[in-house]
Amino acid sequence: MQHGKYRFIVGFLAVPLGLYALFVVWPFIQSIYYSFTDWTGLSPEFKMVGLDNYRRMLDDEIFWKSLQHSLMFAVVLPLVTLGLALFFAFMINVGGRRRRGGPVVSGVRGSSFYKIVYFFPQVLSIAIVALLFAFAYNPDSGAINSLLRGIGLDGLQPLWLGDPDLALWCVMAVLVWSMVGFFVVLFSAGMASIPTDLYEAALLDGAGRATTFFRITLPLLWDTVQSGWVYMGILALGAESFAVVQIMTTGPGGPDYSTTVLVLYVYQKAFRDGQAAYATTIGVALLIVTLAFAAVVMRLGRRERLEY
Amino acid sequence: MTTTEPTAPVPAEPGPPVAKGDAPAPRPAPAPARERTGGVLNVFSHGMLVLWAFMVVMPLLWAVMTSFKNDRSIFSSPWALPDRLHFENWARAWTDANMSGYFLNTVLVVGFSLVGTLVLGSMAAYVLARFDFPGNRLIYYLFIGGMSFPIMLALVPLFYVVNNMGLLNTIHGLILVYIAYSLPFTVFFLTAFFRTLPNSIAEAAFVDGASHSRTFFQIMLPMAKPGLISVGIFNFLGQWNQYMLPTVLNTDPDKRVLTQGLVQLAVSQGYKGDWSGLFAGLVMAMLPVLAAYIIFQRQVVQGLTAGALK
Repeated sequence: MQHGKYRFIVGFLAVPLGLYALFVVWPFIQSIYYSFTDWTGLSPEFKMVGLDNYRRMLDDEIFWKSLQHSLMFAVVLPLVTLGLALFFAFMINVGGRRRRGGPVVSGVRGSSFYKIVYFFPQVLSIAIVALLFAFAYNPDSGAINSLLRGIGLDGLQPLWLGDPDLALWCVMAVLVWSMVGFFVVLFSAGMASIPTDLYEAALLDGAGRATTFFRITLPLLWDTVQSGWVYMGILALGAESFAVVQIMTTGPGGPDYSTTVLVLYVYQKAFRDGQAAYATTIGVALLIVTLAFAAVVMRLGRRERLEY
Repeated sequence: MTTTEPTAPVPAEPGPPVAKGDAPAPRPAPAPARERTGGVLNVFSHGMLVLWAFMVVMPLLWAVMTSFKNDRSIFSSPWALPDRLHFENWARAWTDANMSGYFLNTVLVVGFSLVGTLVLGSMAAYVLARFDFPGNRLIYYLFIGGMSFPIMLALVPLFYVVNNMGLLNTIHGLILVYIAYSLPFTVFFLTAFFRTLPNSIAEAAFVDGASHSRTFFQIMLPMAKPGLISVGIFNFLGQWNQYMLPTVLNTDPDKRVLTQGLVQLAVSQGYKGDWSGLFAGLVMAMLPVLAAYIIFQRQVVQGLTAGALK
């Protein structure tokens, strides 16, 4: 198979690799370079300023707020989402009442229906979901407060996205809503590959459902949970949190910077404030946070790896 | 599985019926206790499942309902049923609010991007999966690295790269960028897929005198169809729902894609006050994707979850 091999390889790789290098790799490299300059993005002229941008960033209160919120998105948000998804997936696949003559482990009745419905939000654009919930959260005419009034809770009318203490949680709740279904389906696939005789043995030993979950399902599913966490964390640090915060919050990022995240701050500095070099500096911080996050999560779980 | 026979009490002594909660056969003592706590748990957890299904469906149904109401009742009573079906909201959204234009732009961008992504992605993946050459691993990891890097970091200079090439605010520029940013996952997924395909058929074709590229297009690509479908669905949804890339690179009002158009509509309706039209637009954008999902449910789920498991 040597005939014309290299010509073929070059011919097949040239276009995809060229496109990728031009639109993805090259901008990344440029970004890191620009973070050491005073480039505004508005004019082509700039000069090197060394670590000035980084020094400025460390003194920037909004940067620290954004970083804090971004870390919440990467840690708290996946914990809630994956926790809920694990619970639902376990109920759907293993938690069913054992029917006479049926398999040892089975899901609750209607499990395939739940899987289909839970997955709905995953196929919708996060931008559309964010718009929808921005309406639902409206304090006067929104669906949520109107529902609260309807059931007699007239005194309980939070401002939701208008309340600096609540806004971030409101935004995160939308991402939980939209992503739980994906992980329910993902974990269901993982649970289906756990051998049934393990459950059988546990049941014979008198293990209840909680024990079965913590001693069998979770350890054997750990690899999937871990990669799911990394996957969700990367999304939540990047595109997903950008869309929800940019679309739903006032400012965007408000009120009073209570919802701003790193990815939004990069966007605002570059395309609103004309401080492209400083934006890339924050972007580099975001890159470091993302890589560190992935490394920490992958490392956390290595001890618990199990073979079956 | 082998211990559970359909007929319950096979052994004479009360052996292992612990596994069969509903069996009417006499149970050993510990079983009923667990059965009772299990019952409470069952009600609770089943209740949670129902509640979550309700919470997923409710906002969507609410949006559909709202799209048929008039503006006044949207604000005065968000949960009331519409007095009649205001289909004119939909007509207004489609024409006045330019949803038709946004749809057309999205179809164009996603159509060409998807084809481009699959063709270029499978070409690169095939070469990386089946040919040994210096730099193979380097190129592979270069592609893979793109999956975990924050895209926003690249978008700042990318805006100027695209601008300098005269591609800013153009449909074809957006297509090229969509393809480039879809390649990492596509190459990653298809490289793994091409590795699993048997070698013998390609070799036979080669011995029969087919060229490398003919072997690829006529033999390997058809064999890779299941993988192409999975990764195609993944990319279709990702590109159809894309918001961040067009927000940065495509600011011309006439070139907007669906997600952008709707967000812009929401902002401008703040002045015009046509909320019912906006809801009609939202539902219009949601329905095709939801319908496609319900029809191709199994493939969609496979396509979206396949990557995360690897």
